[in-house]
Parts: sequence; C-alpha cells; structure tokens
Amino acid sequence: MAEAAPTPGVLAYGAYIPTARLQRSARGAVLGTSGGKGTRAVASYDEDTTSIGVEAARLALRGRGVVPDQLIFATASPAYLDKTNATAIHAALSLPRSALAFDAGGAVRSGVGAVFSALRSNGPTLVVLSDLRGGVPGSADEVAAGDAAAALVVGTGGPEAPVLAEVLGQASATAEFLDRWRLPGQAHPGTWEERFGEHAYLPLADEAFAAALKDAELTPDQVDHLIVAGTHGRACRAWATRSGAAAEAVVNDRTAAIGNPGTAQPWVLLADVLDRAGGGEVIVVMVLADGASALVLRTTDALAAGRSAVSVAAQIAGGDDTLAYGAFLTWKGSLDRESPRRPDPTPPAAPPSLRTSAWKYAFEGSRCTACATRHMPPARVCRRCHEVDQMVPEPMADVPAAVSTFTIDRLAFTPSPPLIGAVVDFDGGGRTNIELTDCDPAWVAIGRRVELTFRRTLTAGGIHNYSWKARPLRSSTDPGQAS
Amino acid sequence: MGSHGIRDRVAIVGMGCTPFGEHWDKSTADLLIDAAQGAMASAGMGRDDIDAYWLGTMGSGLSGVTLSRALRVTKPVTRVENFCATGSEALRNACYAVASGAYDVAMAIGVEKLKDSGFSGLVSPPQPSDGTAVEMTAPAAFSYLAPAYAKRYGLDNDEMRDVLTRIAWKNHQNGAHNPRAQFRKEVAKETIGNAPLIAGSLGVFDCSGVSDGSAAAIVVRAEDAYRYTDSPLYVKGLSFVAGDATGVVDDTYDYTTFPEVVLSAQDAYAQAGVTDPRAQIAMAEVHDCFTPTELVLMEDLGFAERGFGWKEVLAGTFDLRGDLPVNPDGGLKAFGHPIGASGLRMMFECWLQLRGEAPEDRRITSTAHGKTLGLTHNLGGRPGECVSFVSIVGSEPSA
Repeated sequence: MAEAAPTPGVLAYGAYIPTARLQRSARGAVLGTSGGKGTRAVASYDEDTTSIGVEAARLALRGRGVVPDQLIFATASPAYLDKTNATAIHAALSLPRSALAFDAGGAVRSGVGAVFSALRSNGPTLVVLSDLRGGVPGSADEVAAGDAAAALVVGTGGPEAPVLAEVLGQASATAEFLDRWRLPGQAHPGTWEERFGEHAYLPLADEAFAAALKDAELTPDQVDHLIVAGTHGRACRAWATRSGAAAEAVVNDRTAAIGNPGTAQPWVLLADVLDRAGGGEVIVVMVLADGASALVLRTTDALAAGRSAVSVAAQIAGGDDTLAYGAFLTWKGSLDRESPRRPDPTPPAAPPSLRTSAWKYAFEGSRCTACATRHMPPARVCRRCHEVDQMVPEPMADVPAAVSTFTIDRLAFTPSPPLIGAVVDFDGGGRTNIELTDCDPAWVAIGRRVELTFRRTLTAGGIHNYSWKARPLRSSTDPGQAS
Repeated sequence: MGSHGIRDRVAIVGMGCTPFGEHWDKSTADLLIDAAQGAMASAGMGRDDIDAYWLGTMGSGLSGVTLSRALRVTKPVTRVENFCATGSEALRNACYAVASGAYDVAMAIGVEKLKDSGFSGLVSPPQPSDGTAVEMTAPAAFSYLAPAYAKRYGLDNDEMRDVLTRIAWKNHQNGAHNPRAQFRKEVAKETIGNAPLIAGSLGVFDCSGVSDGSAAAIVVRAEDAYRYTDSPLYVKGLSFVAGDATGVVDDTYDYTTFPEVVLSAQDAYAQAGVTDPRAQIAMAEVHDCFTPTELVLMEDLGFAERGFGWKEVLAGTFDLRGDLPVNPDGGLKAFGHPIGASGLRMMFECWLQLRGEAPEDRRITSTAHGKTLGLTHNLGGRPGECVSFVSIVGSEPSA
C-alpha cells in the first residue's frame, strides 16, 4: 500500500502590528464626532503594505529552518500597481533568486485565496498578507479599520521545519454581491447598507463551514478556536454566535485594540491563536469577503518550539497610543502640511538601486576575509587592512545595535519631523549612520539598544524609496518597551 | 616620498574680500568682480599682471568660465571644489603653481552665492543614488559631536551648553567689530542659549551664517613680493587631507575629534617649523561651522590638551585679547559662510591682523609680543567623512 501524501500545514508564522495606535476618542476633539472606544493600529508615515509585510515575514522566518521557494503577497492596498510588490519583499528577505514572487492583489479575498493556493503548491510557500485600511475622515471605517500584516509559510514540512498546524479541511462558498468596493484610484471604499451584507454572508458561511468540517471529519463542538474575520463586522459577529461552535471557542477578534486590518485580519488572528495554543487543538479560520472560505487546522506538538519570534499579544501590549489625530490624518495623506525650506526629496535611481540591492533591501554588508572587519555598506577595499576584493556577504538585518551618538534634525525633510539620526554600533562590530523611527526624540541617548526595521522612507516623483531604519529593540516578551 | 611644503617660497601680496551676507543685488559675477578688483587694488596690479587663476566654488558655477566670463579675461582658470574647504584649495593650488615656476602671478579667488536658492541651510546638488543614505542636514551631522564630547569628558547638558554658548558669544563679539561681517551685533549669552533648536542641542546661534560673498588673494614668488608691497604675507605651510571616510562606518571612531584635522595640522606645522602651536601662533581662523566644531578643533589643532578644550574656551583663552585669539573676524559664525569664499576670507583676516591693518577695536594683541604666525583651518564634509586644510602664514620670512 502506498504511503499517504504528507499533510500540508503551517510551517512558520508571524504577524506585525505597527507600533502606533490611534485612540478612537482622539478625533472627537478635532471633528466633534465621537470615534468610540478603544484604539486602532496605524502604520507609521514610513510604512506601507510592502514594508509591514517584510516585518511580518521576518518574524515568521526568524529561527525557522525553512527557505520558501515561492512568495505570494496579498493586499488590497498595494504600494505599486503594474510593478510587483512581492519582489521588494523577496529582496528584503534574501530569498533564493529561483523563488517565484508575485502579488495577489486588489481585494481582501485575495488573501485567503493566496493561502489556499499555497496549500496546493509543492514546495514551501511564503504567503504575506498585508493591509493598510481606513476611511473618509469622520467615518466609522476610519476608526474601525486597522493596519497590520501577517506571514505564513505553508508546505509539507520536514525535520528542519516541522508542521506546526496541519490542514484538516478547507472549503469555500462564492457569490457575487455588493458588500464593499473601491474604484481604482479611490482612497476609500464604498459599502452597501449593513443589514443586507449580513443577509448575504450568513448562508455562505454556513455552507463553507459545514463543507470544511465534513472534509476534516469533525463536528462544530470539536472546534477549539473559531476565528471569524472579514470585511463585514456585523456579519462576522452574527455568524460566530450561530456557528454551532462553543461560545468560548470564538476567538477575540482584537478589533478593540488594533481595528480590522482587512486582508491581514484572519491571519493576524491565526498568529495570535498559534502564539498560545497547545498541541492537538482544532482551529477554524472563517473568512467572510465576497463569499466565505473556511480552513480547518490542527496544531501539532511541534508548535511549542516553533512559535513566532514576537507574539501578537506582546505587540498589542507594546502599542503607543499617544498618536494625535492630526498626525494620523497627515500619515494617511488626508492633511497637507508645510514642508521645510529645503529642496524636494529625490527618488532613488534604478541602476544604483539594482547594483546595491543586497544592501538596500536586505541590509547585507560585507566582511573582510583577511581581517574579519565588517563593512556597512559593503565595501571592496577593507578600511582596516586595505585588502581589495577579499569580502564575503555579511547579513546584518537581525543584528542588534547600540546608539553611539545621535541628533534630532529639525531642518531636514521628512514626512514626519523631526528626523532622528544616529550612529549605531552593531553587536559583534560594525557601524552605520541610520535614521531612527517609532521612537520619541526624548528616548534617544547614547547606549540605547536598537534593531533594524524595513521602511518606505519616502515617495518622490512617483517612486517609493525602501530602506532600513532602526527602532527601539523589542524583546520577544515585551516588544514595545525599549531595553 | 614625503610632504616637503613650500615654506617661504611664495607670498601673498594683495587681498580682497567683499562683505558677506545677503547680497540680493549682486550676482556671482558681481561678487567675483568686487573681490578680484579689491585684491588687484591691494597689490597695485591690473588684470594684465595676473598670469593664471584658481577659482573655488562649491556650487555657484561650473568650470573656469564662471570667472573668465565675469572678468572678461582669457587666461588659464582652474575651477576647484573640495566641500567647504574649496576656497583654501584654490589658494593651495595657486601657491603651488607659482612655487613651481609655471607662473609669476596667480590669483586664488573663492565665491559662493547661497541666498538665491531660498533654501534654509546648505544644499548639495543631488546625485543619482540608491536612496540608502540618511538625508541629514549639516547642523545635524555636526551636532553628533556634542553628546559624544560631553559623554567622553563628563560634561552635563548645562556645562556643554555653556561651552557652546561661549564660542558663539565670542565670535559674535568679534563680528560686531567687523564691517564686512554678515552679523555685526553682539548677542547675549541668554539669547544664544535659549535660541530655537535646529539639530540636536544646536540652536540657530550655534550655526554659521548662510551668505553670499567672495574673497581673493594674489600670490607671487617670495623674492618678487616687495615689488608689490612692503608687507607681504609669507606662506609657511599648506596641508590638505581627504579622510578615508571611515568614521561613519568605523565603531572605534568616537566623534570627539577629526583625525583629518590632526593629520593636516601635523603636516602644516612640520612644513612651517612650528613645534608649539599654542605658544608660537599669534592667531587662528578656524572652521567654526557649528560651535561644537570649534571646540573640537581647539584640541585637534593642538591649542588645548585633549579633554581640556572646553575649559580653555570658558577661560577665554581664544578670545580676541586672549592667549591665542581664534576667529578675531567673527568666524563662519558671524562673518558668514559663503562656501567657496570662506577659506580665503580666513586668510584675509590673517592679512589684516598680522600686517597691523585690522581696525583698532578688534586688533589682536598677541602680535605685540613678537608673534608673527597665523593659522587658517578649513574643514569640508562632516564628522567621520571630511577633508581638512591647514595653512601657516607669517609676516616675516624665516631667519
């Protein structure tokens, strides 16, 4: 008898929640309309779906012995059209050149589609799911939405990277109807009247859930964690209560803290569950977005040793909720502000960006094989021993550093003044001059510990510039607190 | 191999310097004409007497034509650029040209027209790049020195502030007595210390003035100098170092010194036979682009022991009537900093002071004690990645 094909599943996962939180009540003072309780996660002025996707993928891959041979990037808010965004993520992660990297973009549903497609692929596939969501100033969407990214590596696993959660079943129910839509070029979506969506979604969810459980040979009462996510909050909440799963199995959707990050939401919540689930627990991910799709997973004993480098709960706890509504509007592009009397920033040029791709995108320096000196950026001539062309690549993106000296530049152009500059020295040697982000100028001092983060530093002439900055070092248990 | 210098082989016999400041009514060409006319008048020369020109400008014009078109001369004109040390680089090369025997008379002239852009601070023309460099302004890059120095020598924030304030206060005092200076008012220490912040701990009064201006010098062989003046200024040493730019990538560099300045000072002192700069030098014009720069330079140039520069600053050592007057003309701080002109402007103050032509109210007293040497120091770039020029000049030929 032939051996059964190995069961595919989740080999690695991670989620990234931007540090900034907008208190929903913060807009009251400006607009006179209440935004309600709680907070939403806000991507910083130097983040977009590509950059936060990189951060999520870094957290997923760190310490996991798996090299994806395919990358699918799903978002409803792509940084570029026509040009692939997944290639920047591919470059930032130093994935093999042979790995296919492509976008699955446009709609929230493309996220679950990307995961389902990846599960049908042969080699390990990295799926990055990322979204920046918002609404017209003053709208419910503006504060109900959130910004976040998640990353999953799915495949059949192996000794280096065992399956953390195996797929037991999956099913979809597709239908064409108007729930939420946006024309190309529009900043914010339109939505149909709320009760209609509930009417359309509930039967679809019932169908997908029943089919997926049948596929998995399970009954609703055997579900330990029920994640219900999607574009229609009211339908999600209503279906969760009628799913047949135990009430205590329904997973907190975290919207009170981070809002709804659209394409990323189901997978951020899956990461949150995987952060704390034990072995042998059944998880159902139900996604309501232009139809319903359900994925049934069961955790394995390998999960405990394979969790993400920084948990969702720790990132939620580490949020900074001091963001002013005016800054939020500025970051979201809804408020034009005066620029310094300095020249307009210039976009990066294509040829040097390609030549230095490993440095620019992956923060890969070089190390002299003659004297072991590290160079950032990579150099051909060693500054210490002056040997020429005796260098090997030196990946530095995951090496922590400490501030050697610093400044707060109130004159330089930046989308969010002031610019914080620092000379940072890396553990094990090497130095670079770098911009700091996600920190209060008052926090900066000589000796402060920092880590690298991938950012979109600016957009000029219709071209995004991606590069690395440094942020206060997060520990795995307490990410928001500077060490 | 070796750096031998051209001690006493050439001399400056005439100089001109425009007022520095906001010259809304003058073009780059106007400023060049004014400085060149001033220098020629000072040397008693006409345009036909100049055999070759070295023009220094960082960004106010390309090629020698920038000068030859303005002066309507058809002569060899070399345009040089070396960051903020551009003016000094023009002088250095003019001196070598004369010392080599290639020309009898050379003019070094520097110019910059910064105010027409409308921007705050300095702006460099963008180069196509990969977008990975931090686009930091000059005050920010130099403000790196302050916390590093304070940390290394145990100064608290208030002490460091007092030291920086003292430097700005002194240079504004000196500038107040200089009719060519951009800022001609004394500024109270409280005003300096409480000024709006620009970068790091640096306020507006810690930064040099953005200005327009031009300065020029005429160089001849030393043996020809008395044909033009009774009091030439002899060139004793000229040193220029472009650093290997490792400070910004080398974790052993601590931002409390400019190694390039130390090297160029050593070289210039050796050329000039200076063994004890603090005792031998009558005055120094140094590159006080930002107040912490002047502080660090006092140690790098050997005017103060390492870690003691701040105490000497507070003690008034570098005041106009102190042991070693530094920036008696107001420096970049008060005189202003039109990039290509600054190095020659520094030399212009040596020209006035060492030859006894500085006005009474800002005349140094160190020359009365028999000191005859002046030093100019011109820096370009930023800490960790810079070029440095040091010259020694004297009113007497060596014995």
